[in-house]
Amino acid sequence: MPNAHDVLFRTLADPTRRAIFERLCHEGEQTVGALQVRAKVSQPAVSKHLGVLKRAGLVRDRHEGRQTHYSAQLGALAPLIDWTSQMAGFWQGRFDHLEDLLKRMDQ
Amino acid sequence: MTATETRSVVVEREIPHPPEKIWRALTQPHLIEEWLMKNDFKPVVGHTFNLRGDWGGVLDCEVLAVEPNKTLSYTWNFSHDDAAYNLSSVVTFTLTPTRTGTHLRMEQSGFRPDQRQAYGGAKAGWQQFFARLDELLAKPE
Repeated sequence: MPNAHDVLFRTLADPTRRAIFERLCHEGEQTVGALQVRAKVSQPAVSKHLGVLKRAGLVRDRHEGRQTHYSAQLGALAPLIDWTSQMAGFWQGRFDHLEDLLKRMDQ
Repeated sequence: MTATETRSVVVEREIPHPPEKIWRALTQPHLIEEWLMKNDFKPVVGHTFNLRGDWGGVLDCEVLAVEPNKTLSYTWNFSHDDAAYNLSSVVTFTLTPTRTGTHLRMEQSGFRPDQRQAYGGAKAGWQQFFARLDELLAKPE
């Protein structure tokens, strides 16, 4: 089974595919047709990119009538989030507040 | 990664105030709110409470250890619909007096075992990912 990071990086390495994913992140759910107009590539090409994104867990599709709507799945990026450095930054900030508070407690 | 391994965050700081005073800031709800979050904390082992963040998130906590002016420990759990964001951890503050004040140490540790898979590879941090990125980009799909 390929490493989750390999899959994510490889999936997002393609600029067209990354642009499609970013658009879904910023603008929410969209149809293949709407994405194709903006991506300036053929509809089959957009569908192929969406298939790769879907296999990586980065997008989800929803069928409505004849249209398929795609949305970004940000949870799929979780393996890339370095939990420890985020929390360390959080606590450094809180300790700054704590020191400010301790100074005020002197008065 | 072994089955018993957990990841933790340690933040330490020399603070020019005595442990007794820092202890008050760590254990009195109106003071905790000023530097950390809104809360209904009580320094009693077994007491369950919430920390409420400005962003709307609510942490579920339970006091695990209270040793006045020395050690305070509580659980720091966050539930999310998406399991990848769930967090189950323990926060421990340790206060050690120094000549000029206090050495304050905070350690936050722990993931549930089922989170290890999702976060396992993140252990190495961003640097390794970026180091490997060039290599990956060169590989055909």
